[in-house]
Amino acid sequence: MSYYKLTHKEYFDALKEGKLMGLKCLECGGYTAPPKVCCDNCGGTGLEAVQLSGRGEIKTFTVIRVAPEGLEAPYIVALAQLEEGPWIMGNIVDLDPDGAGLELIGKKVQVGHKVLPPMNYTAGEGVSPTFKIVG
Amino acid sequence: MRKVAVAGVGMTKFGKTEKSLVELFTEAAMEAVTTSGLRPGEVQALFVGNCLGDFAEGQANIAGFLASELGLPPDAPATRFEGACATATVAIRNAFMWVASGFYDTVLVGGVEKILHMGTPLATRTFAMASDSRYEEFCGLTFPGVFAMLTHMYSHKYGIPLPALKERMALVAVKNHKHGVLNPLAQFRKEITVDTVLNSFMVADPLQLFDCCPFSDGAAAVVLTTEEKAQKMVEKPVYVMGIGQGSAGSLCRQKDYTVMQSRLASARQAYKMAGVEPGDIDLCELHDCFTIAEIVASECLGFFEFGKGSEALESGETALGGRIPINPSGGLKAKGHPIGATGAAQVYEIVRQLRGECGQRQVDGAKIGMTDTLGGDASTIVNLILGV
Repeated sequence: MSYYKLTHKEYFDALKEGKLMGLKCLECGGYTAPPKVCCDNCGGTGLEAVQLSGRGEIKTFTVIRVAPEGLEAPYIVALAQLEEGPWIMGNIVDLDPDGAGLELIGKKVQVGHKVLPPMNYTAGEGVSPTFKIVG
Repeated sequence: MRKVAVAGVGMTKFGKTEKSLVELFTEAAMEAVTTSGLRPGEVQALFVGNCLGDFAEGQANIAGFLASELGLPPDAPATRFEGACATATVAIRNAFMWVASGFYDTVLVGGVEKILHMGTPLATRTFAMASDSRYEEFCGLTFPGVFAMLTHMYSHKYGIPLPALKERMALVAVKNHKHGVLNPLAQFRKEITVDTVLNSFMVADPLQLFDCCPFSDGAAAVVLTTEEKAQKMVEKPVYVMGIGQGSAGSLCRQKDYTVMQSRLASARQAYKMAGVEPGDIDLCELHDCFTIAEIVASECLGFFEFGKGSEALESGETALGGRIPINPSGGLKAKGHPIGATGAAQVYEIVRQLRGECGQRQVDGAKIGMTDTLGGDASTIVNLILGV
């Protein structure tokens, strides 16, 4: 028995198959992603796991030039708002970091994924969303 | 609830040191204890903030070693607190509760950190551990990255062109370095110019090196006690008027974090408890881990309207001699930011200011001061209002 309708492992596994999963609240109708045990909007725990559209819009971004141990700069980190409402963090791909400017805010993106091998102090591999600019 | 006072305070110089974590904290703690007219054996409990000792020195569970080092009695509980960069004020808030409740009369509380020997890649990685490990760390988010994204969002939201915003942000660094020159315990005691900031290398677009506070080693500590006892210990006790703490989740769940809900909640608690308003605050030590961070904090605490905080840098309202001096100590930017000690160092500065002991950086006639410490990506925020 688990209180979770969608664990981080299930979310990662779905991302690896090209599916962005989230939770729909049976109480308020709002969406929560990435998953947690209750609704991000109302705190309700009546949730169902659903596939999200994977379409969103860039809200902000940065180019990391000094990376943490285990990663290599430069790369772009961004927050995107999904069509269903939640924001998620990911990496903008297929774009030269030196060409990243404020005009990125508001750009439409398609969510993909990348797999990161285990690093020091991680509990195994990680799966992280990517954002491809589509317009 | 009993009234709680700060008696003695202590702080090491911030910056590179050969001392160990235990030695660093002990130096600050001994100053706080002895300037309270106490012997360490009279301290009933120790509350210590330390964030990264596990990675820095391979030292977990440091609290008991500190109690032993200081010679506290075996029945004095020693407890470590962790709240990322707000670690020390989380410890202070908890220490406050034990004295206010009547359980203890006299406690020692503070924080310590030692980072500089770790090197930038490991230090950057361990700092990034304060963001969401499941959903955000794998994106390669760093702390400069958090505030870099905030800067872009702020520029876009309020329609302030990025070059203009960056010049005002640079003025935060210029002001805090100017203040730091006047603080003998500051890591950097050198004035800089807007050009110094704008010509420094890019860390996370659009934040450059001089938009960022440094990695630091250091410790700070205070003795909290009852009003009655404090009056016997020190000439001028400083009282805890209000205290607040707020929480938030992953950055993506906070959405527009130019206005931090956890900070609004924390500040509201502190103001309500103290029975004062932003206009009553004479000076503030707030969390300028990055230049933009000072601007958004000054808005959330109610000193400026949202979107207007950067204008104050041009008018000089937040400099020493201005309407509301912010970070007279030099702030995290110039004084330094040993993360587990920072909140206690903010309290140290406010207490010294309210006692009128700050020499050239003294805010004349200061009666009420505020601290603001931000932990992680706003997942922990603590505010204190202190008064004489």
